[in-house]
Amino acid sequence: MKVKSRADKIWDIVFVIFCLLVSAICIIPMLNLLAKSLSGVDYIVRSEVYLIPKGLNFKAYATVLKDAKYVRAFFWTVFLTIICTVASLTMTTLCAYPLIFEGLKGRKAINVFITITMFFNAGTIPNYLLMQKLNLLSNPLVLIIPGVMSVYNMIIMRSFFYGIPDSLRESAEIDGASFFRILISIYLPLSKPVMATLALFYAVGRWNGYSDALMYMRDAKYYTLQLLLYNIINNINQVEVATQEGFSAPGLSESLKAAVVMFSTVPILCIYPFLQKYFIHGVTLGAVKE
Amino acid sequence: MKEKGKTSNFKFGVYMKRYWQLYVMLLLPLTYLLVFKYAPMVYVQIAFKKYSLVESIWKLPVAANHGFEYFIKAFKTNDFKYALRNTLTLNLLDLFLGFPAPIIFALILNELCFARYKKVVQTIAYMPHFLSWVIIYSLALQLLAPNDGLVNMVIHDLGGKAIPFLNEEGHWIGSYIGFGIWQNFGWGSIVYLASIAGINPELYEAAAVDGAGRFRKMWHITLPGIKPTIVVLLIMSLGNILGGGFDRPFAFQNNLVMRVADVIPTFVYRVGIKGLQFSLTTAVGLFQSVVGVFFLLMANFISRKLGERGIW
Repeated sequence: MKVKSRADKIWDIVFVIFCLLVSAICIIPMLNLLAKSLSGVDYIVRSEVYLIPKGLNFKAYATVLKDAKYVRAFFWTVFLTIICTVASLTMTTLCAYPLIFEGLKGRKAINVFITITMFFNAGTIPNYLLMQKLNLLSNPLVLIIPGVMSVYNMIIMRSFFYGIPDSLRESAEIDGASFFRILISIYLPLSKPVMATLALFYAVGRWNGYSDALMYMRDAKYYTLQLLLYNIINNINQVEVATQEGFSAPGLSESLKAAVVMFSTVPILCIYPFLQKYFIHGVTLGAVKE
Repeated sequence: MKEKGKTSNFKFGVYMKRYWQLYVMLLLPLTYLLVFKYAPMVYVQIAFKKYSLVESIWKLPVAANHGFEYFIKAFKTNDFKYALRNTLTLNLLDLFLGFPAPIIFALILNELCFARYKKVVQTIAYMPHFLSWVIIYSLALQLLAPNDGLVNMVIHDLGGKAIPFLNEEGHWIGSYIGFGIWQNFGWGSIVYLASIAGINPELYEAAAVDGAGRFRKMWHITLPGIKPTIVVLLIMSLGNILGGGFDRPFAFQNNLVMRVADVIPTFVYRVGIKGLQFSLTTAVGLFQSVVGVFFLLMANFISRKLGERGIW
């Protein structure tokens, strides 16, 4: 770069400050929540809690940790997320890998078959009736199978596979390796970035999703964390919650809600920064197609 | 078909001996799509039939008005009219206010000259995308509460009166759109940043030689450079003008604002799954799907007419 003019330097500073403000806007809601979850109830009610906790205490967290229903939902969702991520990655790989072989007969028809599902969705009620027909309502599998593969993610993986040089697999083919062997020993070891990205997408999708549990799950013991959170936030079954789990102390609810939200958010916030370089690549693969 | 010449000596056995593994792999995913994406389409016919719990769907009687009874009924229902209007309004507001945000953010990030700072800002800006809408709504509740919400506390400290951000129709729309932008501007910028990174640096050097300043370069090089990306994403947003998810509006809804907050997916859930009016809501869903595909085709057509690359 050349020597900068005065105006240029001023603009540099303007942009730095702008980004500082934008970052603050992203973080402040979380800080406010954290402060409330750690504050004394009286201070919240008197509108004295801004970004720093007042009357620091961990009562809200202790209450949440003692709440059997909440702890159960938390571990159930962790378990569900792991299962879903593994199943989804497997399915996505099984779909994406064969489609990169130009010699595969019927490849074009299969591609059309897959693409149609991206444009036309039967709709909420037909899906619901299907789950009913398959006897999946209130079966925990309904939280795993219907969303097991996203065609959009499959396309991202396929684009990544296309980027792996053909020459690598051709030499293996000459050596007589089967297609399965090539997948295991050439493609998968080279696919860590896309696997990390899609694992994150699937895991976040499962962790954050609540509409499938809301619509299909009739058995409250399989509610996902987000659905439970929805019910807590909207005071659904408040009486039951209050009497059974001790969520009843008057005025505690604000800091308690804050603590519940913190608990449900932290796992993902701990993971995503480490996968940043991967998911940036993944998003780009999905959008810029040439 | 470049393999046309080969078909004469194509040996099925030899081919299968080599390729059978690929078909076995595809078996599971294709079955999945068949069962969970195609099979539900069978149930779309109940939009044209009188649904009953006991009868098989193939034997249901056709609805009145040549099967269009439920479509006509939907358009006579006030709740549906509100839902349709709100879907369009909220999506259009998202488009006008939310679409430019990631572009502007990407342009400004691109001007930052400290690489480390830029990376930290990016990481922070991606954070809201990883929060669920239930969590975002609870953040909104805590932040915007009339008495002990941070925003109203600050307004109060500055001498203003508390604003009912989530409980009054006009303000609710503002909060809904605002949190939508908040959630997406950082994540949305990734694509544009990648697109900017792909611009030939020689163009900037040449412009600098010609004496172009920062903003001239932004206007004449960066923006034209990312125009194809902008157009593709704009087409997809336009095609989605009657679409939209369930999670965000449903999480944000409350009884005081239903008149502006109810959208088609939440209407379908409330009236269909909760209210058991399956035929009516399937008709509504079908209407949404068909019009959605139509919008997408239109947007793509227009963009091609304008000399831009379509999305297919």
